[in-house]
Amino acid sequence: MKLTLKIWRQENPTATGAIHTYELDGVSKDMSFLEMLDLLNEQLVTSGEEPVAFDSDCREGICGMCSLMINGEAHGPEVTTTCQLHMRSFNDGDTITIEPWRAEPFPVLKDLVVDRSAFDRIIQAGGYISANTGSAPEANSVPAPRDKAMRAFNVATCIGCGACVAACPNGSASLFMGAKITHLGELPQGQPERWSRVVDMVGQHDHEGFGGCTNIGECASACPKEIPLDVISQLNKDLRTALKNGH
Amino acid sequence: MAVSGLLFIGFVLGHMYGNLKAFAGEESFNEYAHHLRELGTPMLPYEGFLWIMRVGLIAAVIVHIACAVALWSRAAKARPVKYAVKKNRGSSISSRTMRWGGLTLLLFIVWHLLNFTIVKINPSNGDTGGENPYALVVDTFDTWWMTIIYLVAMVALGLHLHHGTFSSLQTLGLTNSATSRARARAAGWVVAIVVAGGFSLVPLSVLVGIIEK
Ligand code: HEM
Ligand code: SF4
Ligand code: FES
Repeated sequence: MKLTLKIWRQENPTATGAIHTYELDGVSKDMSFLEMLDLLNEQLVTSGEEPVAFDSDCREGICGMCSLMINGEAHGPEVTTTCQLHMRSFNDGDTITIEPWRAEPFPVLKDLVVDRSAFDRIIQAGGYISANTGSAPEANSVPAPRDKAMRAFNVATCIGCGACVAACPNGSASLFMGAKITHLGELPQGQPERWSRVVDMVGQHDHEGFGGCTNIGECASACPKEIPLDVISQLNKDLRTALKNGH
Repeated sequence: MAVSGLLFIGFVLGHMYGNLKAFAGEESFNEYAHHLRELGTPMLPYEGFLWIMRVGLIAAVIVHIACAVALWSRAAKARPVKYAVKKNRGSSISSRTMRWGGLTLLLFIVWHLLNFTIVKINPSNGDTGGENPYALVVDTFDTWWMTIIYLVAMVALGLHLHHGTFSSLQTLGLTNSATSRARARAAGWVVAIVVAGGFSLVPLSVLVGIIEK
């Protein structure tokens, strides 16, 4: 396949970036999207140009590093991560525009690489449980009802990739927060910190400069892990209960 | 935002019901308008009920607008650099037009109050109707461009209610499962169609001559 790539290039966090156009030949349908970018970078290095900086780590869809906006869709046209996206989802002769996540709390470090540590600070603010370290407790000592356990498992699949923020017209991280709040809130281990968790996480979220949720739903459609919109309702419900009880 | 919005939903449902009295004829309609002013008397002074509603609605409008401005400015700050290419995958026209649509409704409400309540502008013959709101309604919608303004406003209202109904239920934390979310979406459709459709019946009926003086 032969492709025209329009890629955001930005020297450093303070430089002004711009979209650059590259022609890339010899792309195989079986390549992953990131392998295609590797191919482009080989070509750039050979011709003495600076390779395109982009993030990746596991390349198996579990770490959430490979954040790319591809033709206006977070992680591209399939419901998966960029590393699990393959070039068979595109056609010969396509023009593909690749941009970094756009959000004030996710500053661009270089080209397509953004700093998502705002998410870490939200987790630090409340997305944890307190447990004694040492030998692991007996797995079944704290029973969790099956339906609650299932819901917790389903939303615990969030990999913190930030696609929800990238896709949201408000730049809100409510889906990410809702996933963690629902995950911990459904389980017995999450109860002691349940009410302070939601207040502290939302406080940190707003402090980081993420936008407010207006329930548009772009996030759930962009999420590679198919986190459903009802986690945002759960977040709101927990927040309402917490504020009512004076947290 | 959700609470003030739900108040508006209650108000438009009541208002729409009142408008449909136009089908019962001049006397019923005017009687209803008069009744609104006497509601609660002698416990309340004349127009007392109306003023309670007015004060409540004005307070709700202020809250609603303040929230909208806050959300709008936070969104602008959260994404200072726009995407060169951005596709919509999970949103609807109604959810994407809440802000500009809301502004359109605000403009409409100003015009509407000048039209029927504050100044009583009668574009066809300048007669303010006096104690006869029915005549003012018929004269208004006998004017084609007034009917168009109202119908366009009802499209905007329908869109606003379609997303607003769902969104308020989600914000209040009442949609914690796929089923309840589907129900809230359905409620959005029902409220939008009933209210926008119900309001549109009167102007359309005047225009085609089903309702006349
Ligand atoms: C086709 C649609 C509509 C028609 C024919 C209509 C008609 C009227 C009439 C005849 C009055 C005056 C009633 C009286 O004198 O007692 C009135 C008042 C009013 N309408 Fe509407 N209306 C429509 C839609 C709306 C909508 C969509 C809203 C708001 C979202 C609205 C808000 C109001 C308000 C706030 C008042 C004033 C109440 C007061 O303080 O007296 N109307 N309308
Ligand atoms: S909710 Fe989905 S889109 Fe958002 S960070 Fe988690 S996995 Fe990514
Ligand atoms: S590189 Fe880990 S999820 Fe894509």
